[in-house]
Amino acid sequence: MLATVLTAQPVPPADKLSAPAIDYGAIMPVLIVLGAACVGVLVEAFLPKHQRWPVQVVLSLATLAGAGIAMAVYLGDESTPKNGVITLAGTLAVDRPALFLWGTLLVLTLGALLLIADRSVEPGGAFVAEAAIRPGTIQDRAQVAGTGMQTEVFPLTLFALGGMMVFTSANDLLTMFIALEVLSLPLYLMCGLARRRRLLSQEAAVKYFLLGAFASAFFLYGLALLYGYAGSVKLADISNAAAGTDRSDALLFGGLGLLVVGLLFKASVGPFHTWTPDVYQGAPTPITAFMAACTKVAAFGGMLRVLQVGFESTSWEWRGVLWGVAIVSMVIGAVLGLTQTDVKRMIAYSSIAHAGFLLIGSIALTDQGLSGTLFYLLTYGFTTLAAFGVISLVRNADGEATHLSQWAGLAKRSPVTAAVFTFILLALAGIPLTSGFVGKFVIFSAALQDGMAPLVVIALIASAVAAFFYLRVIVLMYFSEPAADGPSVTVPGAFTTASITLGVIATLVLGVLPAFALDWAGSGTFAFQ
Amino acid sequence: MVSTLWSNAVALAQQPPSPVQPIQPPSGPSELGSYLPIVILFVLAAAFAIFSVLLGPMVGPQRKNRAKTEAYECGIEPSPQPVIGGGRVPVAYYLTAMLFILFDIEMVFLYPFAVSADALGLFGLVEIFLFIATVGFAYAYVWRRGGLDWN
Amino acid sequence: MAGAAWLVVAFPLLGALILLVGGKRTNAWGHLLGCATIAASFVYGLILFFSTTGQEEAARTSEVSLFSWIPVDQLQVDFGLRIDPLSITFLLLITGVGFLIHVYSIGYMAHEPGENDRRRFFGYFNLFVAAMLILVLGNGFVTLYLGWEGVGLASYLLIGWYTDRPSAATAAKKAFLMNRVGDVGLAIAIFIMFKVVGSTQYTAVFDGVANGAFSSGELVALTLLLLLGACGKSGQFPLQAWLPDAMEGPTPVSALIHAATMVTAGVYLIARSNPIYTASPDGRLVVVIIGAVTLVIGCVIGCAYDDIKKVLAYSTVSQIGYMILAVGLGPFGYALGIMHLLTHGFFKAGLFLGAGSVMHAMNDEVDMRKYGGLARIMPVTFVTFGLGYLALIGVPPFSGFFSKDAIIEAALGQDETWRAWVFGGAALLGAALTAFYMTRLVLMTFFGEKRWKDIKSSDGREFHPHESPSVMTIPMIVLAVGSVGAGAFFAIGDTFTEWLAPTVGVLEESHHHVIPHAVVPWLTVGLSLLGVLLAWLFVGRKRVPLSKPEPVPFPVRAARADLYGNHFNELLIARPGTWLTRALVYIDNKWVDGLVNGTAALLGGSSGRLRRAQTGFVRSYALSMLGGSILLIAALLAVRFA
Repeated sequence: MLATVLTAQPVPPADKLSAPAIDYGAIMPVLIVLGAACVGVLVEAFLPKHQRWPVQVVLSLATLAGAGIAMAVYLGDESTPKNGVITLAGTLAVDRPALFLWGTLLVLTLGALLLIADRSVEPGGAFVAEAAIRPGTIQDRAQVAGTGMQTEVFPLTLFALGGMMVFTSANDLLTMFIALEVLSLPLYLMCGLARRRRLLSQEAAVKYFLLGAFASAFFLYGLALLYGYAGSVKLADISNAAAGTDRSDALLFGGLGLLVVGLLFKASVGPFHTWTPDVYQGAPTPITAFMAACTKVAAFGGMLRVLQVGFESTSWEWRGVLWGVAIVSMVIGAVLGLTQTDVKRMIAYSSIAHAGFLLIGSIALTDQGLSGTLFYLLTYGFTTLAAFGVISLVRNADGEATHLSQWAGLAKRSPVTAAVFTFILLALAGIPLTSGFVGKFVIFSAALQDGMAPLVVIALIASAVAAFFYLRVIVLMYFSEPAADGPSVTVPGAFTTASITLGVIATLVLGVLPAFALDWAGSGTFAFQ
Repeated sequence: MVSTLWSNAVALAQQPPSPVQPIQPPSGPSELGSYLPIVILFVLAAAFAIFSVLLGPMVGPQRKNRAKTEAYECGIEPSPQPVIGGGRVPVAYYLTAMLFILFDIEMVFLYPFAVSADALGLFGLVEIFLFIATVGFAYAYVWRRGGLDWN
Repeated sequence: MAGAAWLVVAFPLLGALILLVGGKRTNAWGHLLGCATIAASFVYGLILFFSTTGQEEAARTSEVSLFSWIPVDQLQVDFGLRIDPLSITFLLLITGVGFLIHVYSIGYMAHEPGENDRRRFFGYFNLFVAAMLILVLGNGFVTLYLGWEGVGLASYLLIGWYTDRPSAATAAKKAFLMNRVGDVGLAIAIFIMFKVVGSTQYTAVFDGVANGAFSSGELVALTLLLLLGACGKSGQFPLQAWLPDAMEGPTPVSALIHAATMVTAGVYLIARSNPIYTASPDGRLVVVIIGAVTLVIGCVIGCAYDDIKKVLAYSTVSQIGYMILAVGLGPFGYALGIMHLLTHGFFKAGLFLGAGSVMHAMNDEVDMRKYGGLARIMPVTFVTFGLGYLALIGVPPFSGFFSKDAIIEAALGQDETWRAWVFGGAALLGAALTAFYMTRLVLMTFFGEKRWKDIKSSDGREFHPHESPSVMTIPMIVLAVGSVGAGAFFAIGDTFTEWLAPTVGVLEESHHHVIPHAVVPWLTVGLSLLGVLLAWLFVGRKRVPLSKPEPVPFPVRAARADLYGNHFNELLIARPGTWLTRALVYIDNKWVDGLVNGTAALLGGSSGRLRRAQTGFVRSYALSMLGGSILLIAALLAVRFA
């Protein structure tokens, strides 16, 4: 759908419209994902209720596989240019970073989709049967006990994935904005679909929607100012204009600032993080996993491209400011994480701290900074996916038991779950032999290479502080007496097991033998035009 | 929201192609001055609105009766009561509004397509049908799931 | 031979994997497998040792590159091993002493509650040995860091072994956190190396030092940062407070990890980085100061404790202080520090095993005031412990005499007279104090009246001390033999220092003596005997009361309170951190929300009505976003136009 829309957009300097050239091979993964999402809508429209779930699961998994194969075929083709192609009248750049991010998004979405599809941990799945039912009514209690679910989450997930993929490869700001909306709107909706704690879930959805709209407005306003400055929405044109003209920089930097705020919001970088804890807590856990892993990949992918392609020539002016933002984010994440009592909120603050680390990598404008950030996104995605997978397992009669006190002595009830979660926390803390260590290492060394030593020192201190609250959970799980009426650990079904295993094994493998992924992340830079 | 944004964006893109750079200021910080006409327009519009609202009570006769204080002043009792009066707007209205957006977007795109259908040729025709089809999917979903049952 | 050296690491790693993943199925033979893997590594280490001893100096060092570990652009980290005299020395110490302690643990851990606990214990133990071997065998600083963190993890798991004790959990956390403080130093040091020479392999970094790639400021920074890392891992001032608490773990853990091997990693780090330290005399001076301060602090506190393991722990702190002092002397002391590390590894491990044997006999009681007169009842423990004691206080010809006396001589032989007096004096004072507290320990434990006869242990049982089984006593005997003979074996004829020369350089002898060369050994021994005499006068002659005497003069009170080490950390680090957290939470709760509510109340007339509108706090979120945006854009414009 999107691709169709974009072709209708005229090429600015030409005085007559003509059909743009399209490299179908390059954009095939996106076309497959968005096309399958449309098919998913039709499935919802025409199939009877009981057939929808199996059809949607098969369709979604097949879509991810198909998109992956299409990407592999494109990459394996000898004639594929190494520097990437820019297609669809200059709106999409399919280059090595974009392909790396696409691959990352596809495999992380696979993990999230497995969590979404699971119906064994929570009978009937983590999603509400009828979203329109008012919380607290008799019908609501009935739907909690029933086994139906809104299978619309599957096409919505695919739409969001499609938006993310376009977002990471968008070569002009208008396309980027459309992609931002395409990825955001399904997420707003899915946040409100939790089967239990409906009010909390709906509150999260409304908060996310309102603040997301607010942030989109910032982005759009920034876009308008930059168009006013450069006379074009293309990143390359903005870059050229900034390097070679004497127009008013007030427009340029005002626009950049507003644009970056929109991106920082999506990436949950402090001080634009305020939605994160509430939304992570309220949303259904599989959706939280999807957001935490994939939205972060998309947001930082877009940010890398905007900063490196569009604004490299003015980096002297904005880099110091983003230093400050990174510091604020790391400090907020690490320090406020200390006082959290809810596991999901704690991971949310952890993600804010990680966003600060990622921002450090994003503003190191070297090849190493680019590849380091890409690698970090991959590793963080897997780890956080597995973390939320484990969180969905610890339950009591009211659903998930996310209060930290309920996790006390978990190791005695379920040693395997506790061990897996310990491993994940160690990875988040960045202990060697986990991917978190390698990720931090490559980002920090890239930052050092680019002359940001003080920032690295602060980042190290922040990660030491953050290590404290990860350790606190480990201590709680192993050294505390379990509460008498504490939660039990559900034996996960095949889907959730597969998802957690995927995350944990990737975390381990990327920690021990990161060379393969690092090579791929460093195999090319952004295509310029 | 999306629809208005898109219509703005497309309108922007559909401006007469003659000035290649939309803004061609001489140089320096004075370029913001090219926005001055827009600002003046805003100010004039606002001034006119305020002027009209204020002028009415000032110059007109003040003879109130019950019918005049009611909404719309057209004599028909609004039904159901508005939100302030404790009434609710049926949810079907929202569905209708959203369906309108669906077709609104479709329309917005059909106009620019029609203008340049010649230049785009067969490619454009195929694309616009694909576009209508995707909008049709959404319509089909609403229809099948009971969005059009207004009872 | 060196080509297959990865096997040394692989054996214990495989053992840990099998024991931890295998679960209950391996309960029956898990402890045997745990010992076998270490024995295999030890045998391979011996083969490596004998295949290199005969060769000339240059051929004793070889590097084995295993695989490319982290290749990113300019950052190329290879995973490889470096086989040289220093690493072989450590390899033999870790696997040799490690094997003996593994065997001892079979007996010590036999009565653990919980059916699979002993198996898991051996899994952690093997994991520790594997990590420690990676630490000492790696050929670059990143590999070292991997092992460094690995031993930290194993140490954390083992200190917190008794999961039913809150104090064990606290101690484990404390150890981990204080180590992180040191790790930050090590990590930054590695970053500096990478920034300057573009590599973190030993050879490249040391070549860089030799070529003058580092400025003198960078060298000082490196020495201090590496020292910070060493202080964290080795329990040196000001990061010493975690080590005594670490005694919450089972006694074999204290013997292997917190006496013989892991805590000496700091000494290894400095000795391994000897080209850097040799090039920076200022950095070395700080090392010497830290060593001297720590050794005195350790001795003083050791005199005040009644807990047998804590006394030994502070003894470890102070003995490592000697080693740090020695390696801080540079070419005059690198080899001496390592030699003391080796002899200390033997006798301190033996002492801990002896203490464990006593505790085993005394229902896990650690308070020496409840011991007394155990010499007759536990003859093997008494004799082996006694030999370790003689070695520690430096009575000739036991091993501690040779290694400690050499350090004291080197400290007294420094070129600048004030340094010779201050640091040599501290080392001599330490020798006397060591003799005092160790004699006090031996007297209270093995001699005097049997104070345990009329009391019961804290869990209500009566004391029936007995000698430990042979699976525990045999390792103690072997270690005692080492405590007796190792020093003479290493020191006479300078065998050891010459063997180490390819790695740490030829040992230099000072020709500047503030005290005549021949007098020093007599002085050392004399001071030690004075310490013994004083201990006998204060402790041996009198009746030992069952509870601590109160009140006591200030010095004793201070020593009992760890010379306020914990207060120091609390004041300097923990409290500011707490304040910062509280302040931020306060700002988040009060100011942001308060500001919004206040403004709303001002504008709308009533905040109460707005609250009833149930908009949640999205407004405050939006306001904070708006504030952030305004700041960000203002900053951007300020940078551009200012």
